[in-house]
Amino acid sequence: MINYAFRRLLSTVPVLWVAITACFFILRLAPGGPFDGERPLPEAIRQNLNAYYNLDKPLIEQYLIYVSNLFRGDLGPSFINQDFSVAEQLLIGLPYTLMVGGIAFVLSIVIGILAGIAGSVYRNRFPDYLLGVFILSGLVLPNFLVAPILQLVFGLQLKWLPVGGWGGGSLTHFVLPVTVLALPHVARISRLTRGAMIEALHSNYIRTARSKGLSDARIVLRHALKPALTPVVSYLGPAASYLLTGSLVVETIFGLPGIGRYFINAALNRDYGMVLGTVIFYMLLILVLNLLVDIVYAWLDPRVRNR
Amino acid sequence: MIFMGRKQALIEKALGEGALPAAGSSLYKDAMARLWRNKAAVVSLAVLSLLIIAAIAGPWFIPFNHEDPDWSAFRAPPSLESGHWFGTDQNGRDLLARTLFGTRVSLLVALIATVVSVVIGVSYGAIAGYMGGRIDQAMMRFVDVMYALPYILFVILLMVIFGRNVFLLFAAIGALEWLTMARIVRGQTLSIKQREFIEAARASGQSNTGIIFKHIVPNLVGPVVIYATLTIPEIVVVESFLSYLGFGIQEPLTSLGTLIAGGADVLEVLPWLLWFPAAFLVLLLLSLLFIGDGLRDAFDPRDR
Repeated sequence: MINYAFRRLLSTVPVLWVAITACFFILRLAPGGPFDGERPLPEAIRQNLNAYYNLDKPLIEQYLIYVSNLFRGDLGPSFINQDFSVAEQLLIGLPYTLMVGGIAFVLSIVIGILAGIAGSVYRNRFPDYLLGVFILSGLVLPNFLVAPILQLVFGLQLKWLPVGGWGGGSLTHFVLPVTVLALPHVARISRLTRGAMIEALHSNYIRTARSKGLSDARIVLRHALKPALTPVVSYLGPAASYLLTGSLVVETIFGLPGIGRYFINAALNRDYGMVLGTVIFYMLLILVLNLLVDIVYAWLDPRVRNR
Repeated sequence: MIFMGRKQALIEKALGEGALPAAGSSLYKDAMARLWRNKAAVVSLAVLSLLIIAAIAGPWFIPFNHEDPDWSAFRAPPSLESGHWFGTDQNGRDLLARTLFGTRVSLLVALIATVVSVVIGVSYGAIAGYMGGRIDQAMMRFVDVMYALPYILFVILLMVIFGRNVFLLFAAIGALEWLTMARIVRGQTLSIKQREFIEAARASGQSNTGIIFKHIVPNLVGPVVIYATLTIPEIVVVESFLSYLGFGIQEPLTSLGTLIAGGADVLEVLPWLLWFPAAFLVLLLLSLLFIGDGLRDAFDPRDR
């Protein structure tokens, strides 16, 4: 098992390297630079800035400098917010992104699986139809549409919840962003669970369990659920990366000071260091989550381990 | 209907050419009969055709266009008398004209990106599946890894580079959206390459490239078409998402995402600016989803 985990960990290194390299050169090929303003800077200042950020060196040399700094854990300075290093800014945004994303992740797994079980047990009866409508709306209503509508209804008309902002981390400020972020994943996970559970409930070993006289609850929760969870677990990896994508929108709409907003601003302003830093950070996060998912998967299905 | 007619013809052609020997045409007829019995899919086909016709032909029948203001009607609510059925925006532009134009742009963009993703996904999957062994393993490992990357970040970076060249940009989205297609195609290829006609082609001295593109790919049309129908809504959403964040389609062009972003800002005072484009987007996504699911069920009834 440890061996398996280690091999998977090693295989992520070249991925990271390729992505970082691609990202580095894509950014530099883009027209415009971090110091292009409405008013052009005096030539001397521009030269000093370029020298400070190594922008006057050949591209290959800049790349080597960046990578060698990276190996020492130094993400470099931010080109736009010049008082902060990239790492400092990431640390400021991190708690917000992780809190909202983490809560949404856990909630969508729990609610999605429970709803999926309910749908499969009450197949083609009222709860299942309700679930069907919910799944469909989760699939076709994009988050940038759901968010403003929820803001209008719950924030402005009913005045139950704040429209946006962080509010010092009070619970009410979490509700809308987490809901918007989790909704599509609750839908997808419950659809996967429902399908897999229906298949599992029709298999021979469940009939055996029934004829042994086991209780329904025991059959569903102990015997059918474990094999039915494999597709759900394999969805969690992609789900993590969709959640990150969603958090870009959610952080923008609800005005949360997370990393997603830093990324968007940095990309618009050609903040080379910050963009690379965010991308590296996101990728690490997703690769680690995928690794965890793979390990859980190997634990659920021993065949995977020996592949 | 415009798209579907051609796709159905393609499916028919592929199936007729011996994808499924002996039962070829009757299987196709079976599938079509199943599709016609699927009410959701039939209604969706009708809705989608209406949307497409409206998006293409609609603008010619409306006395307003998507960029010129009507100086007598700023922020006008929807009404039948004034001629602005969907109302106007803050700049007096007719929302019906803008919504139809936006639908057109969204669909066009989705079509370009889907074509790109199909071309890459099919070639990649077919090559991996046909070559097998180490090449297959390495190629599919690469796909697994790509799955894990937050590709939207790269799309945003590409956005920054391509700037306003919308069509190039969505070709780029397509270039990043081919992963699932490659997996599906590889799976199909693995089973097709066991068949006698492939052996016959090899025996008659066809090159690998010839076998892949002349003998395997034409037999993949069914699943590819089905999955492509499911890719279109995904790309419509990606486009809207990017436009919403301000990276996508920009003035004077417009798309459903751009319109929704604009409408969301003024939802409280000018609610129609959100509701109409949102309704178009949701209808479009719903109908594409039902058609894709319907096609899949019709050709592969096992799952039901």
